[in-house]
Amino acid sequence: MKKILSALILVGMFMMAGVAFAEDAAVPAAEPAAVAVPATEAAPAPAPHIDSGDTSWMLISTALVMLMTPGLALFYGGLVRRKNVLSVIMQSFIALGVISIQWVLIGYSLAFGPDVGGVIGDLSLAGLSGVGLAPNGTIPAQLFMMFQMMFAVITPALISGAFAERMKFSTYLVFIVLWSTIVYDPLAHWVWGGGWMMKMGALDFAGGLVVHISSGVAALVCALVLGKRKGYPAEPMIPHNLTMTVIGAALLWFGWFGFNAGSALTSGALAVTAFVATHIATAAASLGWVLAEWTHRGKPTVLGAASGAVAGLVAITPAAGFVTPMASIIIGFGAGVICYLAIVAKGKLGYDDALDAFGVHGVGGTWGAIATGLFATVAVNSAGADGLFYGNGGLLTKQMLSVAATWGYSFILTFIILKALDATMGLRVTGEDEVMGLDLTQHGENGYLM
Amino acid sequence: MKKIEAIIKPHKLDEVKAKLIEIGIYGMTVTEVKGFGRQKGHTELYRGTEYKIDFLPKVKLETVVPEEMVDKAVDAIIGAAYAGQIGDGKIFVSPIEETIRIRTKERGKEAI
Repeated sequence: MKKILSALILVGMFMMAGVAFAEDAAVPAAEPAAVAVPATEAAPAPAPHIDSGDTSWMLISTALVMLMTPGLALFYGGLVRRKNVLSVIMQSFIALGVISIQWVLIGYSLAFGPDVGGVIGDLSLAGLSGVGLAPNGTIPAQLFMMFQMMFAVITPALISGAFAERMKFSTYLVFIVLWSTIVYDPLAHWVWGGGWMMKMGALDFAGGLVVHISSGVAALVCALVLGKRKGYPAEPMIPHNLTMTVIGAALLWFGWFGFNAGSALTSGALAVTAFVATHIATAAASLGWVLAEWTHRGKPTVLGAASGAVAGLVAITPAAGFVTPMASIIIGFGAGVICYLAIVAKGKLGYDDALDAFGVHGVGGTWGAIATGLFATVAVNSAGADGLFYGNGGLLTKQMLSVAATWGYSFILTFIILKALDATMGLRVTGEDEVMGLDLTQHGENGYLM
Repeated sequence: MKKIEAIIKPHKLDEVKAKLIEIGIYGMTVTEVKGFGRQKGHTELYRGTEYKIDFLPKVKLETVVPEEMVDKAVDAIIGAAYAGQIGDGKIFVSPIEETIRIRTKERGKEAI
């Protein structure tokens, strides 16, 4: 416990350094109250009231986003060898338990509490103190808290694809709590909670920076720090159940409607815009990946179609509420091709991001955030901004800056967290346990008895 | 007595079994196995990376026959398992010292 504490303190110190940097780099003084409306700042509102249509849509969206985490568990679960299927499913599933509680205790307050210097929320909402049923926008504050909780849950689970089949479960639990507190919560504050990126005017509709780039870059760091799986790449480590993976990808696609269209925080036209963009980009990305693979390797694979869909979902996330359907096709198709190429490049670079969390989320998210700077238009969303192709290069600059800041922040802090954990608890299971499989050695269970 | 072990393609098993019963062979043991011979394996493609799969699924059929039946049995297996393609399989014949039926304690030929 002492060791964990000391790790916490170490990371806390670094965070202060990060805070100082961000203050230099950034922007005007804080507004007193938390503005909890991501991306689209509502027009000067009349007296706050709870809208039943908005509330019902957000209840549904919250439940849809919740389903993405077990969907991710299936997606990842099918991609590993059968001796590790439960361990990978568990890493997603347990995030629903651990991060939900972290979010209630401190996470929500750090992300959406009253702004401190544009960098983080204070702790006045810790334990959901004062987070009741009064309107936040047009929905009850607790509903907004729950919706955001589901984002906080899936983000660290996404990282688990990088260190699948070799990380100690105990260390994993500590890692996701630290990572959420130190990396995710501040980032969520920067983009959505009234922090410096929001004030700068960078656009991130549903979490391209917060969720995908942050987790994808963390995944890359994990792959580098933990090292390769035993036997990689000499032995083939072939997915043991791709049918499961496709079911998982389908659940992700389904849940993502809540993720993106729910990020409108209302049930009106903006939600429809995001819904349409989400679906179109995903369809195009699935085709893009399959065509790239077909051309490059001669066969259109099912795993390619599923991976492409996820890449498209990732890439359209920051852009969903700001772009036209035609732009969605380009963003999606581009994501399919670019992420495919990233994964082919991984083979050449030789790091072992086991399930391609970086190749899909890091690369796809980066493309999506940049594409937002190219394709966004106020014709679609008057609360957004025009991108480069609509005559405003300034947005692209802001997007690049926000991407670079997210990359840097996630990269450095994830590295420090991992090094601290490596020195205290150890990151990897023993070689013998790894060969035997994590299901048996970490959980005492078998995924399949047949 | 001789043991005949035949490694064949799984989809040929029924034909081979039928032929062996036809010539008067009473029992056999079948195992699902994996392996490769000259045909080697095949490649599979996951996210743009090719993996070589060396071991292909086969069926191993074992039966013990009296000396005089060996040639007939081997011909029967060849006849039924033959497709003329690489990977059709192999037959091994080896001597057996003793056979005992547990229920009756019979030995030798009687026990086969």
